[in-house]
Amino acid sequence: MIRVDELTKTFGSKTAVDKVSFTVKRGEVLGFLGPNGAGKSTTMRMITGFLRPTSGSISIDGLLLAEKPVEVRRRLGYLPENAPVYPDMTVEGFLAFCAEARGYRGKSKKLKIGAAIEQCFLAPVVHQRIGTLSKGYRQRVCFAQSILHDPPYLVMDEPTDGLDPNQKHEVREMIRRMSRDKAILLSTHILDEVDAVCQRALIIANGRLIADDTPEGLRRRSSSYGTITLVLGNAVTDRLKKRFEALEEVKEVQVVSQTEAEVILRLIPARREPASAARILSQLEAEQDLLSFAVDRGRLDEIFRSLTGGSNGTGRFTENDQPAGS
Amino acid sequence: MNSFFNAVKAVAKRELNAYFNSAVAYVFIVIFLLLSGFFTFYVSNWFEAGQADLRSFFQWHPWIYIILVPAIAMRLWAEEKRLGTLEIVLTLPLKPSEVILGKFIAAWLFIGLALGLTFPMVLSVVYLGQPDLGAIASGYLGSFLMAGAFLGIGTATSAMTSNQVVSFILAVVTCLFFILAGYPPTINIISGWAPLWLIRTLENIGFISHFSSVSRGVIDLRDMLYFLSFMILGLYCNSLLLDWQRQR
Ligand SMILES: Nc1ncnc2c1ncn2[C@@H]1O[C@H](COP(=O)(O)OP(=O)(O)OP(=O)(O)O)[C@@H](O)[C@H]1O
Ligand SMILES: [Mg+2]
Repeated sequence: MIRVDELTKTFGSKTAVDKVSFTVKRGEVLGFLGPNGAGKSTTMRMITGFLRPTSGSISIDGLLLAEKPVEVRRRLGYLPENAPVYPDMTVEGFLAFCAEARGYRGKSKKLKIGAAIEQCFLAPVVHQRIGTLSKGYRQRVCFAQSILHDPPYLVMDEPTDGLDPNQKHEVREMIRRMSRDKAILLSTHILDEVDAVCQRALIIANGRLIADDTPEGLRRRSSSYGTITLVLGNAVTDRLKKRFEALEEVKEVQVVSQTEAEVILRLIPARREPASAARILSQLEAEQDLLSFAVDRGRLDEIFRSLTGGSNGTGRFTENDQPAGS
Repeated sequence: MNSFFNAVKAVAKRELNAYFNSAVAYVFIVIFLLLSGFFTFYVSNWFEAGQADLRSFFQWHPWIYIILVPAIAMRLWAEEKRLGTLEIVLTLPLKPSEVILGKFIAAWLFIGLALGLTFPMVLSVVYLGQPDLGAIASGYLGSFLMAGAFLGIGTATSAMTSNQVVSFILAVVTCLFFILAGYPPTINIISGWAPLWLIRTLENIGFISHFSSVSRGVIDLRDMLYFLSFMILGLYCNSLLLDWQRQR
């Protein structure tokens, strides 16, 4: 388990990371979200031992990074932001250096390099100078370096940045596969990725942790979570609105749009939970004009914006202001 | 101990490869050989002097090193910082001392190789007369140690910045100070008014007085210790600088 405790980093008078605490367990992918400059990379640099915290502590498997830096780093794989690599080295030479620095030699070194090359689809470019590779390939080379020693803990700063859609997919698949026995902390600006691979997500803004929840839990905080959108082929809006307002568990009915042909209404349930939406929908079975309906699952980008949008980084949601049912 | 050695070796191997993978290595070696030949043959008039020794060859080494060693050292840390690869190197399971030593040794070996390639000089004095081979060996040893001392300064200035040019200039200026400190003309200028202790101190901290006796064939333990302590001091500054930057 990676345990981060009250981690703080100041650069001069600027506090880049402010008393951040969280844990990542084996078998878990933790997404790290936050606007530019929020402190994601700085936090990761401290976890991997590149930067020293101003205060607070980091431990892996109970070993304190400050006390056993080499031991801790042995268990870590790190993909830094922007995937730095040596442009003058070949792919193979670079991976060989990383393997040797991690103490592999002879046959085990060959095996590790071979496995990393295969997993990251680098076979066509092994003998090429890294400087002549495209950005996506460079990203993969750096990715290969981070998983070379099959570490139990992985820290990845924007691992899919610069990859094409196929590669993004591959990397996500790989992360999902690896997450079975590893603890993975990854930062990203792609919110779909959080839904796709993360069991849990942290949102950080101005160095402060403002949410630590499952993606579902975060979406639940969205103002539209659990609302029902109905498309009806009947233009007599007022009558419809009255009828739906009379339904059980419906708190409010909003008219989203109306044209000659159809009306779009939004039903806001009294309680924001899937079961409630289902009960409302079951009352609509006899509704002949109903063309289609959808239950909103909430949107991460809306939550992200509302949590991080304020100038001081604390959005309009606070702990006790969550919608009922979360 | 074994893992220490392997770690240093891995770092040093990568650095050496980096020199030879770029044109820097070849340019450096060619310039080193050209400069030492030029100074020895043309400036010192070695043939006319008619001495079968290499004193006029070694005499120029401080002035060649002052440019070339900072040029070799400047990329050691500055380049890693600029590329961001420092983040990879310092998060490998290596101790800072292993990385620092590995880089230093690579650069030192590389300079040693360039120095070794001047062996035709030795062959020609052997051909021309009966040189004191012991003095020549001592000269090479002294030159190599002095290069290490210059390198100590160069690695430290490289750790200060991510800009190789800045690192180069800082190293040249620092090396120049230590050359001029004990340089006879400097001593002559100040000897008129400076107190004796100051003159002695300057002579002792400068490179020249330590190097000239070694290059004449006088191996004095104190001169060796002088160069060694310079290297150790440089490496120590190097580690402090790195540490300070991670702390910030
Ligand atoms: N070496 C440094 N010196 C001074 N300030 C720094 C340094 N490194 C980071 N910062 C500051 O710390 C804050 C957090 O930066 P960080 O790189 O951690 O953000 P981030 O969340 O990774 O952003 P992004 O999404 O753009 O990658 C920023 O305001 C940045 O300017
Ligand atoms: Mg970042």
